[in-house]
Amino acid sequence: MSTSLIDLQKVGMTYEAASGPVEALADISLRVGTGEFVSLVGPSGCGKSTLLRIIAGLRPATKGMVEVTGEQVTRPIPDIGMVFQAPILLKWRSILRNVLLPAELAGRDAGKLRDRALALLDMAGLGGFAEKLPRELSGGMQQRAALCRALLLDPPLLLMDEPFGALDAMTRDDMALELLRIWGETSGARKTVLFVTHSIAEAVFLSDRVVVITPRPGRVAADIAIDLPRPRTVELRASEAFGRLNFDVFRALTGRAG
Amino acid sequence: MTLSALVGRYWPTAALFALLLALWQLAVSALEIRPYLLPSPAMVWNALWQAGFSWWPHLWITSLEIVGAFFMAAIVGVALGTAVAWSPLVANALMPFLVFVNTLPKVAIAPLLLIWIGYGILPTMVMGALIGFFPVVINTAVGLSQVETDMLDLGRVFSAPKWKIFLKIRIPNALPYILSALKITATAAVVGAIVGEFVASQAGLGYVIANTQSSMNTAVAFASLIWISAIGLALYGVVVLAARLWAPWAEGVE
Repeated sequence: MSTSLIDLQKVGMTYEAASGPVEALADISLRVGTGEFVSLVGPSGCGKSTLLRIIAGLRPATKGMVEVTGEQVTRPIPDIGMVFQAPILLKWRSILRNVLLPAELAGRDAGKLRDRALALLDMAGLGGFAEKLPRELSGGMQQRAALCRALLLDPPLLLMDEPFGALDAMTRDDMALELLRIWGETSGARKTVLFVTHSIAEAVFLSDRVVVITPRPGRVAADIAIDLPRPRTVELRASEAFGRLNFDVFRALTGRAG
Repeated sequence: MTLSALVGRYWPTAALFALLLALWQLAVSALEIRPYLLPSPAMVWNALWQAGFSWWPHLWITSLEIVGAFFMAAIVGVALGTAVAWSPLVANALMPFLVFVNTLPKVAIAPLLLIWIGYGILPTMVMGALIGFFPVVINTAVGLSQVETDMLDLGRVFSAPKWKIFLKIRIPNALPYILSALKITATAAVVGAIVGEFVASQAGLGYVIANTQSSMNTAVAFASLIWISAIGLALYGVVVLAARLWAPWAEGVE
């Protein structure tokens, strides 16, 4: 990798609970290069979502150094797109106005970004739903709208926290392909993506690298390069290489020696 | 709803109502109940239109009081609820007082209001507002606060100022909650107006009812009740319509 967009060095996070201090993350060192698609895989409660919020500057780390684009993160950083497990669309706004929300929050002229928002919705297969209310869309469609919202201001960095976790298996696989297409698998200017999931297959299918995190406190157990060809296709899931990489991640997760 | 759907939905209500009216009329004439104890439906119906005086000034005064009390409660309730949601400090300072005021029996305050504000429609409005404002405070505060953490994080990522989060996210989020509380306020305003008129007034439907005690004109008291509930229902209906119009995404949220 040429330049690293995210640079974490010995990051730790301890919070106070009723029963005393809890160490959620310990000694996390990780670099993510510009344009890389990196997944964080780990069991529930391993602190991977916390790590994502630390990188976004939404929660402070209690130890170590966090840098994004060479600058130390001390407060929420702009120029990121965030997608959460729930779409969290505003119920009273049309899909289009939901997608335009970041512009309004950031004090930008939403009117000028209307065409871009519509183009994003088109790309996500929601062209006919711009004027609908969120409740009129299925869960998968709502999550695609949330992805469009994250992409509106064209952020170089996408932070995704189990974005497909609430979807059924088939919709989930479709969304993975959709995400790769939107990410720009076939074009030159790829965004950097940090993708939190607990699905091994999803992580392997999407990523350039899969970082395995073990729980309590969360530590980096393995950093596995996914040397599968792009663009990734459905057929890839049946390949031997895909199976082997899945098993590698599985082994790292469960701590079994090869 | 289509006409046939309306008929399908409401015919049991209408049938029961008609049955009760018929039984009432029958009981009064068969048992020869004296009119000052229980007037017949027909007498009540007559009193609704011809009571020996004009209903209009009383209807006007009471409606004015009810609507005034409703808006007072709405404005004060939303303002206090917003203050509570805006800062934990304000919430901690204010809430015990609000709970205290809410637990006071408002009827007991009525004589004090007369001493402080004087006679007229104003003390009656204040009375209704006092009875109805508390749910608005609570629902406003809850509606403004119940926004997903992730949504607020989104606001922080774009460094949106607090007022903008309020304007674009919190206030619309609170709207269904507020409108839901205003349904309670609509009913409370009616209670407040009548209680206020009972305590001291020269006009209004509560005054009319209080006067029938001495004149034994029970039919007029019944007619007043019907007028009061008509005003209350109309106000309630307006709030329900407003909820449908301004918060259509929250149909059925209570």
